[in-house]
Amino acid sequence: MKMTGAQIVCESLLREGVEVMFGMLGGAILPLYDTLPQYPQLRHILVRHEQAAAHAADGYARATGKVGVCMATSGPGASNLVTGIANAHLDSVPMVAITGQVARPFIGKDAFQEVDITGITLPITKHNYLVLEASSLARTIKEAFYLARSGRPGPVLIDIPRDVFIEEAEFHYPSRVNLPGYKPTLQGHPTQIKKAAKLINEARQPVIIAGRGVLISGASTQLKELAEKALIPVITTLLGIGCFPESHPLSFGMLGMHGMVYANMAVDKADVIIAIGTRFDDRATARVSGFAPNARIIHIDIDPTEIGKNVRVDVPIVGDVQTVLAELNKLVTLAQRTEWLRQLDDWRREHPSIAIRESEGLLPQFVVRQIYEVTKGEATIVTGVGQNQMWAAQHYWYNKPNTFISSGGLGTMGFGLPAAMGAKVGCPDSTVWLIDGDGSFQMSLQELATIVQDNVAVKIAIIHNNYLGMVRQWQELFYGKRYVATPLSCPDFVKIAEAYCIPGLRVTRKEEVVPAIERAMAEPGPFLIDFMVEPEENVYPMVPPGAALSEIIEEPKTRLKALSDSAKLPTSNI
Amino acid sequence: MAVTKHTIVALVEDKPGVLNRMASLFRRRGFNIESIAVGSSEVPGLSRMTIVVDGTTTSVEQVRKQLDKVVDVVRVSDITDTDIVARELALIKVKATATTRSEIIQIVDIFRANIVDVGTDSVTVEVTGDEDKINSLCNLLRGFGIRELSRTGRGIRELSRTGRIALTRGGSNPLQAEKEASTTRAQKPKG
Repeated sequence: MKMTGAQIVCESLLREGVEVMFGMLGGAILPLYDTLPQYPQLRHILVRHEQAAAHAADGYARATGKVGVCMATSGPGASNLVTGIANAHLDSVPMVAITGQVARPFIGKDAFQEVDITGITLPITKHNYLVLEASSLARTIKEAFYLARSGRPGPVLIDIPRDVFIEEAEFHYPSRVNLPGYKPTLQGHPTQIKKAAKLINEARQPVIIAGRGVLISGASTQLKELAEKALIPVITTLLGIGCFPESHPLSFGMLGMHGMVYANMAVDKADVIIAIGTRFDDRATARVSGFAPNARIIHIDIDPTEIGKNVRVDVPIVGDVQTVLAELNKLVTLAQRTEWLRQLDDWRREHPSIAIRESEGLLPQFVVRQIYEVTKGEATIVTGVGQNQMWAAQHYWYNKPNTFISSGGLGTMGFGLPAAMGAKVGCPDSTVWLIDGDGSFQMSLQELATIVQDNVAVKIAIIHNNYLGMVRQWQELFYGKRYVATPLSCPDFVKIAEAYCIPGLRVTRKEEVVPAIERAMAEPGPFLIDFMVEPEENVYPMVPPGAALSEIIEEPKTRLKALSDSAKLPTSNI
Repeated sequence: MAVTKHTIVALVEDKPGVLNRMASLFRRRGFNIESIAVGSSEVPGLSRMTIVVDGTTTSVEQVRKQLDKVVDVVRVSDITDTDIVARELALIKVKATATTRSEIIQIVDIFRANIVDVGTDSVTVEVTGDEDKINSLCNLLRGFGIRELSRTGRGIRELSRTGRIALTRGGSNPLQAEKEASTTRAQKPKG
């Protein structure tokens, strides 16, 4: 059956199970938009800036596990997607981005609104395509979705010239893809799995470090089985949060720069580390030469390039986490690790990293904890980037997969609001809270209009300290308190909300916190709370840049002062 | 001491932008590439890339795995420890006066190279061989003044067993000495 390129795109999207797309139109992609009324099953959400379309597709994908779809026109539309695509790439989020391109005769002529978006996104996509005839659209879209969601997921961009949308071609949706160069390894090598089991069974002080790979693979059950069967404490990375219930007695929090002291100590003293679906990011390992000095490392990951990239590995297993763990679980035996577990419990008691100190003022940690209490720990939490993100990770406890959504690898400020919108659109029955900073929020607050237009009931908590707080913390600790370009003047966020027809409240005192959160929960639509918190509160614990996990600082300001006085500037990747 | 120079061969789909993908990968990951040669392969639709990497500055295993991750790359192998025939072609334009020309021709003959163009004040030499041979010739010609130099990068073939035997036995084969010289393992570990 003959169809236009635009129709072929829509038919193909339907066959891939797409329900919703986030986008912003323009001249080059107009023929595709013109076709949308023929496909009412494809919901389109009009964002106010293309970057938000990419973040929304990202948030949607993380919350649902499905492929997120975003669209933009050529030129600035496409280039505005770039940060969102890079963000999805670093965090392995399945996404398909469709961009309009100038018509074929104009390509390469510096035509109006022309950019080489396949060239620009080459290093930040899993793969990308420029489609030069309508007859290859169906195959390309089939491949794009397959690539985006299989193996190690990632963003795939499809660039389609304006006249290709209009050109007619026969539509056949292929049933399978033919990609001779792409065959992800799913089954772990049996010998390696045996070796790993042996190492685990002989270990005296093992820990599991679980990353986002566990969530992507849907392997929470297998992870729990491994931990319980072999009695191994579980520590997660920032992006691994939620893959193992934090209320579980074997859960020992998060490791890394702002991880819990006991988690970092456990990794430091472990004799065997089972790293699952994690890529040993520098924020998680701290100084690599001081990482887990006594441990032999088992690394399970679907992406062979991650093996040995940052950290030496003793037993690599390339494969899908769920498949590998299912095999591994058959071979591990129950070990009595009473002493090791007691040791960890002692550390947890002695170093209560997530205790909130007494304070007259309104502490951000207290705000997050109250959101946890009121939502009974059942909300999906989306964060901005910076202090707000770390407090949301530390002081809310996550028991279900995909309920903590945060920009990890790229650390993109402005991710919060559009990602929360995407998460809520994907999971309309979940309560979605955005915990954002006043700096991060101002990078994408134009999307308030989108959540109103499409009635997306996101609850917004702004941690308002009038600073770019995380950078200010670094300036305080490592740059002699020189607060260059971090003090931040903010608009009246409640009035901003009001201007967008969103109800809101300002909270300045502790006793107002719970009623405000309850008020937000009672509201059927979106709601904004502006929490005026202690302006110079810092995120602790903290591993100073360039230090090892074992050199974590709990909160003694005097020690940190000494660090900054000696003007010892960090030399690591800051 | 580890092997320094590694030869990696990649079979890639012959699609627009593939070379760009590979080059972008090398740049982005900070891989130090000594040479790269691309051309069609025996399979229609597939090209073969031969890449020489300095193993002292770059993790060769990472290069191999990262290349393999590119969707258009069908197969990648590190053939450093395989018996191979490696050849490179170079065109060298050398300054030549009436007095130096005969000396240049002598050197060219010793290297079994050819003169493919002669001008009033220069000659252009074509030479095929392994990198050492080309380097030596260049060093000798440098004294006369090299005006232009263009090298193709390494092209390689894995050595077939029969081919190896025939060449070793055929004592009168004029190519024998040269083949043997360059048919060593691509690079042997030093020390």
